[in-house]
Amino acid sequence: MSGPFMTTRAWLLMLPLLGVMIAVIGWPLVDTIGLSFTNAKLVGTSGTFVGFDNYAKMLSSTNFQRTLYTTAWFAIVSVAVEMVIGVLTALLLNQEFHGRFVLRALMILPWALPTVVNATLWRLIYNPEYGALNAALTQIGIIDSYRSWLGEPGTAMTALIIADTWKNFPLVTLIALAALQAVPRDIRAAALVDGAGPLARFRYVTLPFIVGPLMVALVLRTIEAFKVFDIIWVMTRGGPANSTRTLSILVYQEAFSFQRAGSGASLALIVTLLVTVLAASYAVLVRKTAGSAR
Amino acid sequence: MGPRSLAFTIFVHACALLLAVVILAPVAWLFVMSISPAADLSAKPLHWWPQEADFSRYKLLLSTVENSAGAAFTAALRNSIEVAGMATLAALAVAIPAGWAVSRTPSVGWSLSMVIATYMLPPVALAVPLYMGLARLGMLNNVFGLALVYLTILAPFTTWLMKSGFDTIPREIEAAAMMDGANLFQTLRRITLPLAMPVVATSALFAFLLAWDEFFYALLFTSDQRAKTLTVTIADLAGGRIADYGLIATAGVLAALPPVFIGLVMQRALISGLTSGGVKG
Repeated sequence: MSGPFMTTRAWLLMLPLLGVMIAVIGWPLVDTIGLSFTNAKLVGTSGTFVGFDNYAKMLSSTNFQRTLYTTAWFAIVSVAVEMVIGVLTALLLNQEFHGRFVLRALMILPWALPTVVNATLWRLIYNPEYGALNAALTQIGIIDSYRSWLGEPGTAMTALIIADTWKNFPLVTLIALAALQAVPRDIRAAALVDGAGPLARFRYVTLPFIVGPLMVALVLRTIEAFKVFDIIWVMTRGGPANSTRTLSILVYQEAFSFQRAGSGASLALIVTLLVTVLAASYAVLVRKTAGSAR
Repeated sequence: MGPRSLAFTIFVHACALLLAVVILAPVAWLFVMSISPAADLSAKPLHWWPQEADFSRYKLLLSTVENSAGAAFTAALRNSIEVAGMATLAALAVAIPAGWAVSRTPSVGWSLSMVIATYMLPPVALAVPLYMGLARLGMLNNVFGLALVYLTILAPFTTWLMKSGFDTIPREIEAAAMMDGANLFQTLRRITLPLAMPVVATSALFAFLLAWDEFFYALLFTSDQRAKTLTVTIADLAGGRIADYGLIATAGVLAALPPVFIGLVMQRALISGLTSGGVKG
């Protein structure tokens, strides 16, 4: 069998996948780009060409700027906390102690819980009248009266980040743990014999082995966090006073609540561009760390 | 590892205990809420344990009496199973041939990279045209329409998993079968696919979990019991004016059971899938 035949055959086998992808991703994306230059409504008028008006309007609106800031805050804080807790718990689970296999198995629980169920669960925990958090904090004596954790702009975002972190840090743990288990024991032993302290051992022996998988986890989690919609929609719908409104929620409101398909599309593409730039710069970072870590 | 000091051993166990509590407490509380009578849940100070376990909400939600909370829930359960099942089968149908092709003919691999790069697209970037397209086809509020849309998420992911799976099966085995006179289709069906069954199963489970978990498209494209999935129904419950929080918790427990069961049983396969770079959306 020669090359050209193999290639033709491969393309034929790819055809169903590529056909589906063009139908459900390629065409809608092109259509979104087209829509973004019109003032189309979601139903009814297909709109007229307005050039870059939508982009100009969106980029200069304070709503967009504030939402971008909110999204960045959510993404940076939740991903950073998830990475730190994830690595620390992986180091813990890599120790020998009774019940470590049970605990490792339990780590799958938050990950397996559907995002909407997780959001609902935490919404109930934060409930201002009957929530478990209020009850626990009052009974311990930390607060004297019940508070509306999701109803106050000062606490809503932090409450959301805690809920999101609880669900997602175990993924980092599992990825880091799998990498830790690949660290050869004799290298650790050698470092120990050479008198390296715990911090030096982590920095020079362990870290080089786990930094690659961790970077992948970092990239994936950051992209996810920038696109976040589900957990916020279920817990706060972007409120109170838009204090937890992220970019995806803003696009939803623009395109579906206000039915402005044109400007919604332009906003969606701005978000897409941001995520792409972010992912590309991460990819460069991953290549650099992969090159220098070993 | 050298001998550890007693203090270090105690420290490790204390941390492990703390971690176990952090992981288990929220999940346990969800279950306790689901079996606590409404009076216990609204008591002040809160009753952390029901005076009498009450499983009636499970019975209520799984009943199919018309116009009850049960009817809405069971309809959503059926829709979720149908949509996730159809989307998973369709994803595998396109992913298996494509995954094999890329694995055996790396020169077409760039097209798979492009497909995978669509992971970066936020669903909102596709939502408006998909909404308009489904409306034109009369497939809004329709399980088939929703399953089709779910391919945007499932197909790239399963293809990538299948490709990595086929990579581990030596192509010499296929060459030997071909030498014996089997054609390509026979070789794939009798030799390669049976060997790849574990990967097919893992991909199917991942795809099913992704579809089961999906919320955004379901929220946009479904409007009543004919197509609303569990995630949308639970979000409705959580955002509605239901006085009994235990009922919301019960719906949550029931929706979480299948993925949690799959997660615990399939742990090893799921973790190897996760750690090879994949992630649940």
